[in-house]
Formats: sequence, structure tokens, C-alpha cells
Amino acid sequence: MLEIRDVSASYGPIQALRDISITINRGEIVTLIGANGAGKSTTLMTLFGEPRASSGQILFDGHDITHVQMHEVARLGIAQSPEGRRIFPAMTVEENLIMGTIPVGTEHAGEDMAKVYELFPRLKERRGQRAGTMSGGEQQMLAIGRALMGRPKLLLLDEPSLGLAPLIVKRIFEVIREIRAAGTTVFLVEQNAFHALKLADRGYVLVNGKIHLSGSGEELLTNPEVRNAYLGGGH
Amino acid sequence: MTQTRGIDYGHAVRDAVLAGMVALLVFGPITGLQLSGYEVVARMQWPLLFAGIVTLGRFCMAVWVQTEAGERSLARMRAKRSGGVTVAEGKGKNWQQKLVPFALIGGLALPFILMDNRYWLTVVLLALIYVLLGLGLNIVVGLAGLLDLGYAAFYAVGAYVLAMGAQYWDMGFWGALVLAMVFGALLGMLLGFPVLRMHGDYLAIVTLGFHEIIRLILTNWVSFTGGPNGASAPLPTLFGLEFSRRAKQGGQPFHEFFGIDYSASYQYMFVYLILFLFVVAAIVFCVRLRQMPMGRAWEALREDEIACRSLGINHVTVKLSAFMMGAMFAGAAGVFFATYQGFVNPTSFTFIESAMILAIVVLGGLGSITGVVIAALVLIMLPEVLRDFASYRVLAFGIVMVLMMIWRPRGLMHIVRPRFTEKGA
Ligand SMILES: Nc1ncnc2c1ncn2[C@@H]1O[C@H](COP(=O)(O)OP(=O)(O)O)[C@@H](O)[C@H]1O
Ligand SMILES: [Mg+2]
Repeated sequence: MLEIRDVSASYGPIQALRDISITINRGEIVTLIGANGAGKSTTLMTLFGEPRASSGQILFDGHDITHVQMHEVARLGIAQSPEGRRIFPAMTVEENLIMGTIPVGTEHAGEDMAKVYELFPRLKERRGQRAGTMSGGEQQMLAIGRALMGRPKLLLLDEPSLGLAPLIVKRIFEVIREIRAAGTTVFLVEQNAFHALKLADRGYVLVNGKIHLSGSGEELLTNPEVRNAYLGGGH
Repeated sequence: MTQTRGIDYGHAVRDAVLAGMVALLVFGPITGLQLSGYEVVARMQWPLLFAGIVTLGRFCMAVWVQTEAGERSLARMRAKRSGGVTVAEGKGKNWQQKLVPFALIGGLALPFILMDNRYWLTVVLLALIYVLLGLGLNIVVGLAGLLDLGYAAFYAVGAYVLAMGAQYWDMGFWGALVLAMVFGALLGMLLGFPVLRMHGDYLAIVTLGFHEIIRLILTNWVSFTGGPNGASAPLPTLFGLEFSRRAKQGGQPFHEFFGIDYSASYQYMFVYLILFLFVVAAIVFCVRLRQMPMGRAWEALREDEIACRSLGINHVTVKLSAFMMGAMFAGAAGVFFATYQGFVNPTSFTFIESAMILAIVVLGGLGSITGVVIAALVLIMLPEVLRDFASYRVLAFGIVMVLMMIWRPRGLMHIVRPRFTEKGA
């Protein structure tokens, strides 16, 4: 479904990605783990064309999207819950969700909103509340919900567990599994390697802008190098 | 804080003395020196009195905010400051909507009330022109969040469309009104393209430069615009009826057609009524706009551009449309201004105009339509009301502005916008 081929990207003189290759098949949950500053968010943003890949190719459903404009990527069926969530703080929960329907129009808005509320009953309780006044966990739910409103084929999640209480993290990871079960492919970027690898079919490890390791979730979980670097040796 | 602390009088005294000194500096030249013939007479009792009042006032305030009641009200003020946009609940009418019928009737009746008071008629007319300008800039700055310091350029262009159109192509008010809006929108697009990638300060500087370019063209293209000498602009006609005392060849004046006596007020009343209806239409348009996808895209873009784009909003068209829509309003306002003055020249469209319109939008509460209307009326009419205190006019104006910033730092009106729903899309 998504194929990233030898993509490099930089911010001015700083090269953030070096020849990375990642493949995601339809129906999979694939995770990308790595330390802070490894280039995980950059990988996701490169799919949206900012920063643009300086070399290499990005294919989505067989089409070359390397040079597609950011706002057109959404219309192809890729949605993301970006780093820092980026919800619209002055809008209500419901309005944020409606903003998510832009790629597909509001034809199915009511139906899709009901599905999102089913995944996150908390959002339903808060639907009239200004998004900026909600807790971090609720905002993360909203960011995921908003992305789902665009009926994406591929959902990108950038560190959805960041800064959240363990119970909420657990709920979010459950929901990711439900989203996949409903037919959406998921590309999950995480620092929380343990949870991410347990959930994912396959994973990639990014170190300093390079793919260092890849394999199935279980393989990586048992890989001694991964255990030492990302799972605190313990577990 | 429930615990009572001692009141720090030393601090209060320091603050009070400082405020008194500033007051002395400010009031000294204004009230302390009087021109008598060619002599400047110092009358220091006035500034000393004022400074005394300020010192005492500041002292009382400094003590008061340290008491419990003072602390509470200070906390209330801070809370207000942190507030943002409120989303209107359900269908219930708020006080603003309840006032609409009264405003409509009052607005329509006003020219007939002021018929014999041509001076106030023109003041109100000018205020309405600024309402229109404020509504337009509100789209650009308030809704789309693009800081435009060159807004008066479009205003100037609108005014010149009427003057030049009448001079060279025999165009009347109505034709010019349409053309000015089209032309304004096109020019807005022209400005929009180069500034698309800019934000904040850079955008402000470029729009400022754009304004200067337009002003310089109007000033220096003497053979076409008449340069600093300006050009005359015609009055509107009512189905071909004119409002001058004697009609031009072939025309018929309004008062003859209806068999009433000529009054110079008719022309202003007529312009006022057209403008009033135009402003009402503009307000309805703005209210509708906010509920349409275009309007909500503006507001979303103001909040987070990257998020918008990754959601599929084309920021280019959205920003351009904001510039175009705003410029369209300014073009129309320019035509009304030209016809109201009967004359245009570049000095009417300096940077101060842009600053004034921006002040209206900011004081109105960046995004609030009601706020913009009130701010425009107050800012334009207040100086006229204060004309009797001529020499203190600017001072009073300044004090009002400072008080506004203290008590209502987010503008007159707390922004309340209609909630958008799935159906509204
Ligand atoms: N907007 C930017 N401008 C310049 N450098 C950036 C920018 N965003 C990220 N970087 C740099 O690119 C590298 C990768 O960052 P990022 O993709 O955010 O990492 P991660 O998401 O894995 O924490 C870091 O060295 C970071 O400092
Ligand atoms: Mg990141």
C-alpha cells in the first residue's frame, strides 16, 4: 500500500533522513520506533511533502506521491494524527471532527461521527466543549477521531501515547487495534517501543535518520539490541 | 488567597510617585503652557493639579488591589484575558440578535431625524463607511489571521475607480460600485500571491509596502489621476434622477421629479440609505460566511496552518479568498467615500487610515462582527462628540484606548460564533 524507497530528506543543511526504505502492506499495523530526534516525525511529514524527499520515491497504491502537495495527500486517503496533536483549540470537539471530513465531504459525517464516538465515548460527552480545554488524553483521542473522519485508507499516528497516563495509553492502543480491524492500515510512530512492538505486525527501528533494524514485532521485541536500547534492558 | 497579608504601603507610595511624575510629563506641555499672542505663558497649577489627582488615584488603586476585594476582581480580569472564542449554544437568541430589529429601524430612521443636521449626517455616514472597512479587514485579520497593514490601498483604489471612471469613461456610481469590488478583489489576489508564504511581521511589512506603492502611483501619475490635486467624484443617482440642484444636460433632479424643495441634505440622506442597506447586506454576508466551509477554513487556518493543510485544505485558495473578499469590501467602501466627499486625493489614504481600520478590528475583538460595528461607530464618532473639548481630544482618545487595553484587552466583544454542524457544510 505504501512504499518508501531510499528516501532522504533534510531541513536546510541538517539531513534528517538518509536513504530510508519502509513498506506497509494493506491491513497491517507497522510501527517505527526510535529515540528522540531520530527522524520519526520527519518520516511522516515527508509523506505529506514537507520536508520534501530530496531523493528516493514514495509510492501510495502504486502512484508516485513524492511530489504531491500536502493538501492533496489527504484526498488520496492518507490521514494523520500529527506530532503534538494539532487539534483546533478554539473549536469544539464536534467542529474539530467536522474539519476532518474535508477530504471526503460531509455526506457521511453523521455516521462517521457516531463511529468515532463509539470508539471514544469520552468525546461524545465532551462534544460541545472547546477542544483546547480538554485533557491531553482527550485531545489525543480527538486527533485520532478527526483523522478517521476523512475515511483514510492509511492512518499515520505520531506518538499517540506521549505524555499520557498508562490507563489511557492502554485504551489508545486498544483502539488502534480496533481501527485496523475495521479495515484501516496503520503506520504507528512511537517511542513507547514495548507497547508499539506488541501491537504491531512489523516494525522498523530508526537511528539517526537511518533504518537500523526491521522485522516482525515479536522478533524486534526479543532482539537483544532493541531490548537494551529501547526497553530499558529489563522487561 | 484567603490568608490576609499586610498591605505594602511603601510599594504603593513608590508606584504613586512614579505615576505622578509621568502624569506631570504628559500634562505639563498640554495644559501647563498657554499661547497668548506670541508669548507662551506657563500655568503650572493645572499640570500640578492633574499630577496630584493621578498620584492620589494610583496610590488608592495600589492599596486597593492589595486588599481581598481588589485581589478578587484582579483575578476576574485575568480570567477574562485568557478567554478565547465562545461557541454559541443552540438556538436561543442572545442580546445581540435581540437588538437587530431596533438597529435596523433606528438605522433607517436616522437620516430623517438628522435631516436638518447635515453635519451629523455626514459624521454618521463616515462612521458607516468605516463599519464597512472594518468588516472587510475583519475577514483578513480577524478571521483568517493575516496581518494586513496596507488595507487602505484597496480603499483608495475603490475611491479612484469612481473618480476616474466618471472622468474618463462616463461611469456612474452604480457601475463604479460593481467595478470597484471586482477590481479590488483582483488587486487583493495580486497582493495575495507574493505574500502567501509569509507570516506575521513579514506579511505586515510587505502589505505596508504594497500600500505605499499604490499611494505613490496615485500621487505621481499626475496625467491620469491628477496627482496631489485629486479628482472629483460624482453622486449616485436614483433610477437616473440626480441629487444636485440643477441636473446636467438631459437629466432631472430628484426634488423636481417629486415636486419638493431642494435640500442639500437629500444627497447625503440618499448616500446614507444606500450605504446602510449595503452594510446590512455585508453583515448578513459575513455572518453567513462564518458558517460556510470557506469561513471555517479561514478560522481553522488561523489556528493551525499545518494541521489544515494535512487535513486537505488548500491554504493558497483559502488565503487568497480572504484577501480578495476583504479587498472587495474596501473597494466598495472607497466608492462610498469618494461619493461622500465628492472629491478624492491621495492624502485621504495614508497609512493612518490602515492603522485606524486595524484599530477598529482589534478593538472590536478580532473576529467579532458586532464588536467591529460598535468599534467603528465609537472610534469615528467619539472624536466628533469630543470636539467641544478640542485641545483634549487626542488625550481623551488615548485614555480611552489605554482603558480599553486594561479592561478589555481582547477587544470590546467576546467573540461568539455560531457552532457549525454537519448540515451547515
Ligand atoms: N522544522 C525543523 N527544522 C530543522 N530541523 C528539524 C526540524 N524538525 C526536526 N528537525 C531535526 O530533524 C531531526 C529529526 O527530528 P524528528 O523527525 O522530529 O525526530 P523524532 O520525531 O524522531 O523525535 C532532529 O535532529 C531535529 O532536530
Ligand atoms: Mg517526533
